[in-house]
Amino acid sequence: MSETIKRPKRKNPILKTRAPTLPPDRRSRIALGLVRGAAMGKLELQCCAACGAVQYPPREACVRCLSAELEWTVMSGRGELVSETTLHHSQELFFRERMPWRLGLVRLAEGVSLVVHLDARCGPAPSPVIVEAVLDRAGQAALVAKPDDGNTALADEPKLRNFTSDPRFRKVLVTDAKSPVGQAVVKAVLEAGADLVWAGHCEPWKNPPGWPAIAQLPKVTLVPLDVTDTKSVNELAAELGFKVDIVINTSEHHRTFGIFGRAGVETARAEMETNCFGLLRLAQAFGPVMQSRGADGETSAVAWVNLLSIYALSNFPQHATYSASMAAALSVAQALRAEMRVAGIRVVNIFPGPIDDEWNQLLLPPKLAPSAVARAIVGALEGSVEDVYPGDIAQDWLARFRDNPKALERELGR
Amino acid sequence: MANRIANYDGVAVAVPVTVPYERFSIRGAHWFIARALKALVDGAGISKDEIDGLCVGSFTLAPDSAVGLTQHLGLSPRWLDHVPMGGASGIVSLRRAARAVQAGDAEIVACIAGDTNHVDSFRLSTATFSMFAQDAVYPYGAGGPNTSFAFLTAYYMRTYGAKPEDFGKLCVAQRSNALQFPHALFKKPLTLDEYLNARPVADPLRLFDCVMPCAGAEAFLVMSEDRARRLGLPHARLRGAIERHNAFPDDPVQHRGGWAMDRDRLYESAGIGPEDIDLLEAYDDYPVICVLQIEDLGFCGKGEGPDFIRRNTFEANGSFPFNTSGGQLSVGQAGAAGGTLGIVEALRQVTGQPLGARVENARHALVSGFGMINFDRGLCTGAAILAAT
Repeated sequence: MSETIKRPKRKNPILKTRAPTLPPDRRSRIALGLVRGAAMGKLELQCCAACGAVQYPPREACVRCLSAELEWTVMSGRGELVSETTLHHSQELFFRERMPWRLGLVRLAEGVSLVVHLDARCGPAPSPVIVEAVLDRAGQAALVAKPDDGNTALADEPKLRNFTSDPRFRKVLVTDAKSPVGQAVVKAVLEAGADLVWAGHCEPWKNPPGWPAIAQLPKVTLVPLDVTDTKSVNELAAELGFKVDIVINTSEHHRTFGIFGRAGVETARAEMETNCFGLLRLAQAFGPVMQSRGADGETSAVAWVNLLSIYALSNFPQHATYSASMAAALSVAQALRAEMRVAGIRVVNIFPGPIDDEWNQLLLPPKLAPSAVARAIVGALEGSVEDVYPGDIAQDWLARFRDNPKALERELGR
Repeated sequence: MANRIANYDGVAVAVPVTVPYERFSIRGAHWFIARALKALVDGAGISKDEIDGLCVGSFTLAPDSAVGLTQHLGLSPRWLDHVPMGGASGIVSLRRAARAVQAGDAEIVACIAGDTNHVDSFRLSTATFSMFAQDAVYPYGAGGPNTSFAFLTAYYMRTYGAKPEDFGKLCVAQRSNALQFPHALFKKPLTLDEYLNARPVADPLRLFDCVMPCAGAEAFLVMSEDRARRLGLPHARLRGAIERHNAFPDDPVQHRGGWAMDRDRLYESAGIGPEDIDLLEAYDDYPVICVLQIEDLGFCGKGEGPDFIRRNTFEANGSFPFNTSGGQLSVGQAGAAGGTLGIVEALRQVTGQPLGARVENARHALVSGFGMINFDRGLCTGAAILAAT
């Protein structure tokens, strides 16, 4: 953590809370191709399958040979800043509220010119830069150029911090802080500079390893929260919902077996109750008030993280009903993303492969350590992504899914 | 080289019309275009039924195009064109109209460029100016054309050593010209100090580097010289005209325009050279583009613009009469009419009927257009030479 971002002053309670504004979000459909990579933090531009030409802005045909076979391909990001400006005037409220704003014109090593948001740490043109794809507060892909010296976190630059959900100085609700992942997340967001963590817990009779230590951390406040109980969720939201800047929903209910392994729907219902309806309850209770705080100064409400599962993409029949509940949760999360977007609040979905916990005991390694999941969550907040697939299994399944979802279906069904 | 291009013999340009500009207007573009058409027919002493060709440039006519205007204004032209090329639409309209007249497709073509400017028009038009602008420029700070011209200006200054004072000298001279031009929206003198101390807009651009959007229209008629004589109209001859789109696409930053590709053909068809030009009416939404035109049209070499500016004076009575009505920077940018303002002013000068500052013995005027910042550069360039009869 760097000290470049100063602790913001306390909010003046007399001043009106600003309403959120968004950067322009209109894009042609072909330009939305950029968001596919940006959602995962990758800079992908169109590359012609026929002649190899790289092009930008996105087009409907190859600018060199007119082929329609254009593939979104990962770029090096290396380029040269060839010109720059600092805007002191903008036609849109979002930027007017953040003036002055530095922009660059970059010639990428692949030979295309890009208009980019320019990091204040970049030297004057001409200078080498690294271009990254990020997500802006409207959820659209945007290009950012940073200095070509490796160690330059977005969140350490005051303007580019707008593209992140930096937990520094923010207040975080972890919905289930008692689970191994929940405990790791509490520790990780505090290490990342969060001011305060509300550690949700239910089933007070349970006292798993590590929990007493978490409960005693200085910036941690234990709060009762049962996401299967609407009253419990609503009561907590009424008490502190207007102060929550980041929700990290770690609540999950996970049982094994396929469809024939259990009689009845009780287990499936319990999984849905936590994984899907729990998210829905949280969203209804905390979402609207977070929306109203989307522009509440340097420590506005900024992000909502859902711990889903790679099984949400394609059902893993050995964990059939759990997979189904996670697919349902993913669908709810997509709707939540659309509704939170108007306030500039990012909904981040984490799709881990099997986590090394009691319900994945019989799965073969590699399995994710809870601390690795927590790191992925904090990394997503400090960076500018909305879909995270941490670990080798998740990456493998994602690659298979993108390559041929029908093949993955059969592979998982073996 | 392609076949030799036919010249523009026998083509006359006449009846310069300016519909006075307004900073903001509650009227539609149709109103300004209609006023221009009325002034054209009144100025020519003809009925509007005699206009059998119409060429229109406008950004704010939507949902109409030139087609809707025919019914709106009660015209039945046998030749119709709509040129959506912004600052190049005037030159391109002139070229096309001239060919239509030469071919006999039309006898009298009204070339009209006009736009309205509502309070929020400019933001709305820049937000969706082009697919590339919408996708890859406007979301970056929403600075509109200021952003693109800031990149061009910063690059030019760094590469060729131009100073703010160089651009300022052009702006100050144009303001001096504008003070004599009745339709200019800017009525106060501008000093170099005021220019340099004006508030920054998009570094290195300051306030007076940036054109001011407004409402208004500019227009002229194209017909045969024979017809112009019969009508008793003062007119200019069209001695040459060029256009080019998306020139030099591989330049990392635009530092030259299509004029550099085509200027030899322009001068060849006119049978004169840059040294014979008595005044230059260049497209001037930002001063850097004036410098590119001065260079690319052959008045000095590439990169010699700053020195050229230092060696010359740009008032109407100066060593290099330039944007003699004040240009868009001091008159205002009435949307697409900005690309016709220079043609109308050149026509007034070579026909000896300027409304403001006069260029003595103006025989040959070079008019240049530049339009449509699509992504990182302007795509359309054009130029024409108008000569006194």
